[in-house]
Amino acid sequence: MAGLKDATAIVGIGQTAFAKHLPEDERTLACRAVLAALDDAGISPDEVDALASYTMEETDEVELAKAVGFGDLTFFSKVGYGGGGSCATVAHLAAAIATGQATVGVAWRSRKRGSGPRPWKNTAVQLPTPAQWTRPFGLLRPVDEIALLARRYLHEYGATRDHLFNVALACRNRANQNPAAIMYDRPLTREMYMTARWISEPLCLFDNCLETDGALACVIVSSERARDCRRAPVYVHSAAQGLPAQHHGMVNYWNDDPLTGPAWTAARHLWKHADFTPQDVDVAQIYDAFTPLIPLSLEGYGFCARGEGGAFTEGGALEIGGRLPLNTGGGGLSEAYVHGFNLINEGVKQLRGTSTAQVPGASTCLVTAGEGVPTSALLLRT
Amino acid sequence: MLEPLVDTDGAPFWQYAAQGELRVQTCADCGEPRFPPRPCCPHCQSFASEWRPVSGRGRIWSYVVPHPPLLPDYAERAPYNVILVELADAPRIRLVGNLVREAGAPLDSLDPDRVRVGARVQVVFDPATGLPQWILERS
Ligand SMILES: [Zn+2]
Repeated sequence: MAGLKDATAIVGIGQTAFAKHLPEDERTLACRAVLAALDDAGISPDEVDALASYTMEETDEVELAKAVGFGDLTFFSKVGYGGGGSCATVAHLAAAIATGQATVGVAWRSRKRGSGPRPWKNTAVQLPTPAQWTRPFGLLRPVDEIALLARRYLHEYGATRDHLFNVALACRNRANQNPAAIMYDRPLTREMYMTARWISEPLCLFDNCLETDGALACVIVSSERARDCRRAPVYVHSAAQGLPAQHHGMVNYWNDDPLTGPAWTAARHLWKHADFTPQDVDVAQIYDAFTPLIPLSLEGYGFCARGEGGAFTEGGALEIGGRLPLNTGGGGLSEAYVHGFNLINEGVKQLRGTSTAQVPGASTCLVTAGEGVPTSALLLRT
Repeated sequence: MLEPLVDTDGAPFWQYAAQGELRVQTCADCGEPRFPPRPCCPHCQSFASEWRPVSGRGRIWSYVVPHPPLLPDYAERAPYNVILVELADAPRIRLVGNLVREAGAPLDSLDPDRVRVGARVQVVFDPATGLPQWILERS
């Protein structure tokens, strides 16, 4: 079986500005990001025949296709579980194109999370399960749910807030190099971090991602076609989704081992189909809605052993020149929080050699979606 | 404060709690407890289940102390604790709750500094709401 390995490539990326408030609506932002990605690829909208996005995306395929003038679509899919779906949008398109169901795919995410409502404030639409087991007791927000895992993580492995600070700092330092990042001109210090207001102890303000308006998109075609595109192809080397047995998503408290989450499941599949190993990854874009997701993901994707994710961040390991430069556009913590789509585009920029915090000679990149929810991941290579 | 939005599978838990009993759904065929409640057993696929009483003792597996922004009723009580209790009788079942001074006390009734991972706790029930709460077990 031929499989997905290097069968497709990302040949176009596009994005809007990122801000706490953008005047245009989500649909307009989606159109702008998609058209920018197609322009980057040098592909006309009427050639697009496949789409993929998140179930939480509010601009549906019909609206987008009519607005920007797509051709006849023969494949369209949406992936669930919020930020866990980011990389799966690319994975679904890669699978569709590799198996001949479509030829030009566009993945996108448009969101006004900066100026729009906070989802957790809407108590009317919460699912009865598991919210009945958590929300009456004041476990209300995603940050509370992840902080519960984070407290246990710190307790069980002896990791510290300094380890979480290392994550926040690496992302902020990269954002300080990226003019498009929300936090471009706002440096972070250890003192700022250690004295910041709590959001949900043990997590403070700087352990939380931004709230951003913005949209991004990318274009995927077969590797054969990619060779004729305007930009150097960035190949989808391996792709995986992960929903572990007995996993519960966010409030994963009801199995043997809550600290090994979906990253472990996705990673097993990802590496099984790859020609290289974690030691060969030049740069990583790891989903960072909250800082503790980074040590958990570092363990899950095999960069260190279980319980060593905190220590891994020491000695500048996540900085440029370190063992594993992380979230080089600033990530969700400091560039923009658009459900992780900016991590995909930043991975492409690194492998094109055009990042604002370029890792010299980067030829392999791991991109991950949200840990702590049913997730997905990509290995990209030049 | 939010009340549990109860579904069909979860309803018995809240009915027993309102009577002052902590019970967990257990497979009637293989005896495995499961949580949250759901239609069939992931071990033996049986649809037969019963609600088995548990001792109500457990240990704090983890906890958080939320601060605003929160829903208004909770912001008024913040900072408060939310604990996750690993049941002594069924360690894979970890219940979210609040550590309080005594049954019926509000979720900010205990100094957050008194909450510790590993502390032994005992279930009590809020006489007003019927919801389970937790108090420190006397050593
Ligand atoms: Zn059974």
